Amino acid sequence: MSSIKLYPPKPKQVYFFGTCLVDLFYPDAGMAGIQLLEHEGIEVIFPQDQTCCGQPAYTSGYQDQAREVAAAQLKLFPENHLIVLPSGSCAGMMREHYPELFTGQPEETRAKDIASRVYELTEFLLHVCHIQIEDKGEPIKVAMHTSCSARREMGLGEVGPALLRKMDNVELVEQARIKECCGFGGAFSVRHPEISGAMVTDKVEAIDATGADTMITSDCGCMMNITGAAEHIKSQEIKSQGKGGSFNGEHIASFLWRRCHES
Amino acid sequence: MSHNQSVKEFHPRVHNAIANPQIRANFRKAMDGLMDKRQQAFPSDDELERTRELAAAIRLRALAKLPELLEKLEANLTAQGIKVHWAEDGDEACKIILDICQQKKAKSVIKGKSMVSEEMELNHYLEKHGIEALESDLGEYIVQLAEETPSHIIMPAIHKNTDQISDLMHEKTGTKKSRDVEYLTAEARQQLRERFEKADIGVSGVNFAVAETGTLCLVENEGNGRLTTTVPPVHIAVTGIEKVVENLEDVAPLLSILTRSATGQHITTYFNMISSPRKEGELDGPEEVHLVLVDSGRSNIYQDDELLDTLRCIRCGACMNHCPVYTRIGGHAYGHTYPGPIGSILMPHLVGMDDAKDLPSASSLCGACGEVCPVKIPIPKLLVRLREESVAGNSDHANSVVKGRGVKRNRVESLVWKGWAKMHKHGGLYRTGTGLATVFRGLVPSNLGAWTNCRTAPKLAASTLHQQVKARQQEKAAQDKNQGEPS
Amino acid sequence: MSARDAILNRLRHRRDGALTAPVSDFSVVTEKQWSPAEKRDLFQQKIESVHGEVHRVRHDNWLEKLKHLLAEKQVKNLLTPQKAQVGLDVRAELSESDIALLAYDQPIEGWKAELFSHVDAAITDVRSAIAETGTLVLWPDADQPRLMSLVPPIHFAILDADQLKNTFHEVITSERWGATEKGGEGMPTNALLISGPSKTADIEQTLAYGVHGPKELIVLIRE
Repeated sequence: MSSIKLYPPKPKQVYFFGTCLVDLFYPDAGMAGIQLLEHEGIEVIFPQDQTCCGQPAYTSGYQDQAREVAAAQLKLFPENHLIVLPSGSCAGMMREHYPELFTGQPEETRAKDIASRVYELTEFLLHVCHIQIEDKGEPIKVAMHTSCSARREMGLGEVGPALLRKMDNVELVEQARIKECCGFGGAFSVRHPEISGAMVTDKVEAIDATGADTMITSDCGCMMNITGAAEHIKSQEIKSQGKGGSFNGEHIASFLWRRCHES
Repeated sequence: MSHNQSVKEFHPRVHNAIANPQIRANFRKAMDGLMDKRQQAFPSDDELERTRELAAAIRLRALAKLPELLEKLEANLTAQGIKVHWAEDGDEACKIILDICQQKKAKSVIKGKSMVSEEMELNHYLEKHGIEALESDLGEYIVQLAEETPSHIIMPAIHKNTDQISDLMHEKTGTKKSRDVEYLTAEARQQLRERFEKADIGVSGVNFAVAETGTLCLVENEGNGRLTTTVPPVHIAVTGIEKVVENLEDVAPLLSILTRSATGQHITTYFNMISSPRKEGELDGPEEVHLVLVDSGRSNIYQDDELLDTLRCIRCGACMNHCPVYTRIGGHAYGHTYPGPIGSILMPHLVGMDDAKDLPSASSLCGACGEVCPVKIPIPKLLVRLREESVAGNSDHANSVVKGRGVKRNRVESLVWKGWAKMHKHGGLYRTGTGLATVFRGLVPSNLGAWTNCRTAPKLAASTLHQQVKARQQEKAAQDKNQGEPS
Repeated sequence: MSARDAILNRLRHRRDGALTAPVSDFSVVTEKQWSPAEKRDLFQQKIESVHGEVHRVRHDNWLEKLKHLLAEKQVKNLLTPQKAQVGLDVRAELSESDIALLAYDQPIEGWKAELFSHVDAAITDVRSAIAETGTLVLWPDADQPRLMSLVPPIHFAILDADQLKNTFHEVITSERWGATEKGGEGMPTNALLISGPSKTADIEQTLAYGVHGPKELIVLIRE
């Protein structure tokens, strides 16, 4: 991205929006995100009434329903704190699409205000907190998959790798066609399973080829997709004595917290 | 031949394409090469972004003044001796071209590359009326020999490899089987030169129609476009009404960003600018030049502020070159004249949502198309808009101009989304639902239909983030309380 | 209502109201400027990158070089202008040689078969050239018609170094190609940009030259 974004100084308090995928499938990533922020001396407020940003309905074309759900989220952040999300995709929904979704609606002003306060977790840690990283983990080789929303909608393609490069014992390797989509795309993976399947199978192959032990991502949709495919390939390969799909997946927040504070 | 390939439905076509390793390999190789070349053609991000800004502004200005510019174009062309025709749709445009052919007693038409003529299925129409229509662009010629349609808007035969083309030419034209591309190209040159000499009419497309000077611009590498527009006694150019630009100077940045985005060339071999038929004393060029302006739904797209951006397109094909879906399934699987992301936002307007209902959903919304578009069309946003149109999911768009709005809406799916919204707009309901889900997570089947064909099923966590945060808070509160009490 | 009126009517009565045109900032194009020496180098580099052949010559030796090239390429006949200075010079120099000097002196209809099958090469001058893209600019006319630079397998183009412009945009604006009411000269029947020999990559992305037009484009830059 050529545009330069100005980041605010580190605040005392933030709101944390966990996202529904993290909530149900990867709560550890959410907890790690909260703990990383707290370790930066920030008080984290987690509104218990939060649910989903509305993106699944929005990208499926059900904008009336997306708006209903998004309107409920707009009520969760009454104070002027910044809002941090451990997902480029959901952050992109709130930052880029809320203003448009509420154009001409009574909530328009509030939607714009909230959009302007939204940050993705890794950009917040890197650019707002200027996080100091002390890697205490064992040497490890990792590949990073940045979600398309984080990369293109939010312009954060360099943020995840920059954090990983701060870790002394982490070797970051780059998979072929690193910018290509993993094939998740929300409802796309179910509506067009064959295309999505072909895409994720290629993605697993590319990551496998790097010899990475772990695939790091900051979006749980991609994680569910890529690790699910890797596990599937591995189970097939065990039968055929092959070696495919032999890496794990981990959210970047869990990875950072585990290696810097739990090792 | 119809653009809707023999298989009528989208999913079976996709299935066939995905299952065909040759198609997968041909497209992967070609798209990797094209992406790489484009990258090299834009060494400076700053220059690229500013040129995109300029190109987008030029196209938007042209659209803002579209009716005046079309009239000006018509007036200038007419004054310079080029006859202008208007067609509401492809059928009308075909009829206009047939009338000219019949007036001229033409038996054979030679064609330069034109996607609008593909859209109109002009070859088929002319042949039905006893007029031979021969494609002269090498890629189009190959596709025509194979009785297929283009699988890419810039590189029509990209789905075939050299062996396949060699076999095809051998079978249809008697050339030797050879992997020598120079030989195959030279043979095609010879075959087509004879036809150029004899053709009664040349039909071409238009890349930019300049209103200021009444000039029709054509971009090409082979020279077949120049032959088509120079050798036969009559030249008919056919184009969509949106291809007009205001000034001659507008053409320079558009040309530069078009060729670099399309194939990574800093310019094509030929840029051919035509402003009149052969003048008194000139020794070549057609005696008669016609321009057919085709609407086919474009003026309908024009009505809507958001959809309007579709008309900025300069047909470079970069969106398909960078599309991970197009790369996997190729152009034919889309089943329409324009494949890839641009096709998915254009075809629903040209043929109606009824016939193109699966296209807007055939994207992971990864944004690669929007990122490379030289005129900054927000393609992902338009894909979402058309998904909404297909299910009529936004009550704000009730009086939409999209033909076939709501064609995909069904009771079950809308009920599902209504239920989803109900649960997700109440924090309490959501927490109860997700809490229950984690309790019964052992019951989630390992077979989740389409998802688990190539993935394991996702595993619900033992407790939600909501629960973990709450538990932590309670623990902390208890600790604070304990610490506060005197021991 | 005619199709024309119906279409224009729909465009004029837009549902979402009239549009405003954004400002076009051409600075990204106009700021591209090089010195004369840089322009020559850039032109040569760009046109050679697409298989064009470039020879730098002087005004007093270019005909020598041309004769040498004609011999090397085994050109038996050369389609040569009759009025342009380049044509007059070539005719004077080669009148005694073995190479037949052909003239495009009748409408194409009278000699299509001959032009298509029996002409080895043609020579033309150019109106100007573009450094940024390695491009020749031609305005064909009765003396140097459109097919001259297209149909024969070899095209020789004679360019003077001081004809080099920075960009296509500069060509259009500095040569006043625009509409006459804006002070321009208006456009000819056909204006052409030529950047290399005819080529195609339609067979598996493999480049092949001379698919419909010349297989060789040879540019003599007179310095």
